[in-house]
Amino acid sequence: MKPLHIIVCVKPVPDFRSPVEFDQKTKTVKRGNVATVINPLDKNALEAALQLKESFGGKVTALSMAPPFAESVLREVLAFGADEAFLLSDPAFAGSDTLATAYVLAQGVKKIRDFDLVITGAASTDGNTAQVGPQVAEHLGLPHASFVTQVKRHSEHSLELTLKTEEGTILAEIDLPALITVSREINEPRTLGLFGIAAAAAKPLHILGSSDLEVDPERVGEKGSPTRIADIREVSFARKSELHEGTPEAISLLVKKFREWGVI
Amino acid sequence: MDNQGLKASSDIWVFAEQKNKRLAGVVYELLAPGRRLSDKLGGSLASVLIGYDVSDLAEELLACGVDVVYKVDAPPLAHYNSWLYPRILEKLVKENPPNSLLIGATYAGMSLAPALAARLGVGCSAHCVNLDVDDHGNLLQYVPGFGGSLMAIIISPYSRPQIATIKQGVFTKTESKPGIKKGMIREVAFEFTGPIPVKVLEIKQEKHAGMPLEKAKVVVAGGAGVGSKEGWAKIEELAALMGGAVGATRPAVDEGWAKESQMIGQSGKTVRPELYIGVGISGDIQHTVGIQDAQKIVAINNNPKAPIFKMADYGIVGDYKEIVPLLIEAIAQEKN
Ligand SMILES: Cc1cc2nc3c(=O)[nH]c(=O)nc-3n(C[C@H](O)[C@H](O)[C@H](O)COP(=O)(O)OP(=O)(O)OC[C@H]3O[C@@H](n4cnc5c(N)ncnc54)[C@H](O)[C@@H]3O)c2cc1C
Ligand SMILES: Cc1cc2nc3c(=O)[nH]c(=O)nc-3n(C[C@H](O)[C@H](O)[C@H](O)COP(=O)(O)OP(=O)(O)OC[C@H]3O[C@@H](n4cnc5c(N)ncnc54)[C@H](O)[C@@H]3O)c2cc1C
Repeated sequence: MKPLHIIVCVKPVPDFRSPVEFDQKTKTVKRGNVATVINPLDKNALEAALQLKESFGGKVTALSMAPPFAESVLREVLAFGADEAFLLSDPAFAGSDTLATAYVLAQGVKKIRDFDLVITGAASTDGNTAQVGPQVAEHLGLPHASFVTQVKRHSEHSLELTLKTEEGTILAEIDLPALITVSREINEPRTLGLFGIAAAAAKPLHILGSSDLEVDPERVGEKGSPTRIADIREVSFARKSELHEGTPEAISLLVKKFREWGVI
Repeated sequence: MDNQGLKASSDIWVFAEQKNKRLAGVVYELLAPGRRLSDKLGGSLASVLIGYDVSDLAEELLACGVDVVYKVDAPPLAHYNSWLYPRILEKLVKENPPNSLLIGATYAGMSLAPALAARLGVGCSAHCVNLDVDDHGNLLQYVPGFGGSLMAIIISPYSRPQIATIKQGVFTKTESKPGIKKGMIREVAFEFTGPIPVKVLEIKQEKHAGMPLEKAKVVVAGGAGVGSKEGWAKIEELAALMGGAVGATRPAVDEGWAKESQMIGQSGKTVRPELYIGVGISGDIQHTVGIQDAQKIVAINNNPKAPIFKMADYGIVGDYKEIVPLLIEAIAQEKN
């Protein structure tokens, strides 16, 4: 079967283990000293691409829209085994919502050209909307399938996919070129090897701005984003709480309450 | 972004997702907010039903009080199709643009909503937990975010229609009342030519093991504070003793102690048990939006300042490694 050129979308995200702080004034997340890592599901997306390349030959290209500091994240992606990386970076892209983000990524895909498959994570750990994959597909006129848990080559020009549903799974066929978004169940991402890290330094990593891509300035950044954050509110789910030290008395009292509440 | 998009009516549309000729639960949940918003706007409540041989479901929607059901009925539409459904909705929306379209945040909804929004070039919010409209007809879309106890309100002031996906389990289901029907059904012909690049080959139902989290009377949930797989066994033991289900926060899932299907919160499930017990959980809004409707909340945490204590009915401050075994013993005794 013919080799596959696969583009993997990788989002650099703040390491959610470090606390995220919000700036009330600018209504943005304070990135400050928070470490930037590969969005966890994008490691699964990359792994799926690498496995397909190992089976059928071809090439894996990583694509990211992020500020220049994300270069280190793309180096890491190259170390995992991607062949080439594109970082779309321009002050004009700042403040993009999912529609504008997907538009920029789609223009990046068009620039890379000659691909068979685009793979994204199902959702990021920061914005977490799960919207970017399907929207990139629509901007490119590609069919998409989301929350994929298994991928197989079905024929020269199609894939067989297993998709998650509320009740179980769906088996589907999708014609190439296509876009799929992957769930955690799809694979166990490989770990970084020293060889990969050494090899990554020599691989091509391109940083492209607005002028390198054919982007309509009206469709990117805040200008191109139909959604706005109108307000951020503190919400309180407060109840009349009684607080006890962890003594045996407090525990007996709790068990009594369980009786009262009818739960034991 | 200029005032682009379509001239919209004051109507609210609810996407009536169906599977195997049954409406998804979230459809019933979206009808009440749909009615409230359309009343406020002075418009009507419509529903879009796409499927094959789904006339009964159209009647069911009318019996739930929907004013208009747009029905597209054809064999290729039996199951959700990520190529056809967004195209059909796009056509319907362009013919008769509503103020807003509400879509359940199911797997199908999370594929359909963004694809449709991209086709129309309009805004789309994800996993809303509440909805309202302002005086300008803007849909106020409440999304918990940014940690702590902050709720973001997202609007799309310059584009219509507004599209929102809504978390399952946050609104109360509307019951159908077979006498009340006053609305009407509008059959819309399915016109589509050309290849369909996505095909459903087979649908596999899976039996879920154990007590489903959403139905359990008691939920015992563990968080990062549980600290280890061995500790997690204690959480499971407490849940089993109380005949309950085990829930988890995201860190607990990431550590591999619990499965993703056990996660409660913004990106997980919403539970409304009679009793929720949170162990080693700080009480971040992204978790607590999923438990706010529990009848009673008990928290066990070694930090007296943990935010979860504020929303608990009963809190115990201390190391769960000491408290949970004592609690298990005390319950076992009480039961004898
Ligand atoms: C709390 C919060 C709520 C938000 N709510 C909304 C909302 O309701 N509507 C809205 O339009 N915007 C919203 N945003 C903004 C949105 O998150 C950003 O536009 C973001 O750039 C992309 O969305 P995501 O992180 O949700 O991606 P998701 O759609 O969750 O990501 C899925 C996959 O898309 C790919 N991907 C996403 N972004 C990139 C990137 N920059 N580079 C490469 N690949 C990428 C990755 O493969 C990723 O795994 C919100 C942001 C925050 C922080
Ligand atoms: C977009 C987005 C969506 C998210 N969705 C979800 C979601 O759906 N569900 C979810 O849960 N999270 C979600 N999160 C993550 C969420 O923001 C929090 O990080 C998470 O809920 C915190 O989990 P935790 O309380 O277990 O951990 P922590 O916040 O680390 O709290 C651990 C607690 O354990 C206590 N503790 C430690 N040791 C002990 C001990 N020995 N005995 C007793 N107590 C102890 C500590 O005092 C602390 O309060 C999401 C985040 C983002 C950005």
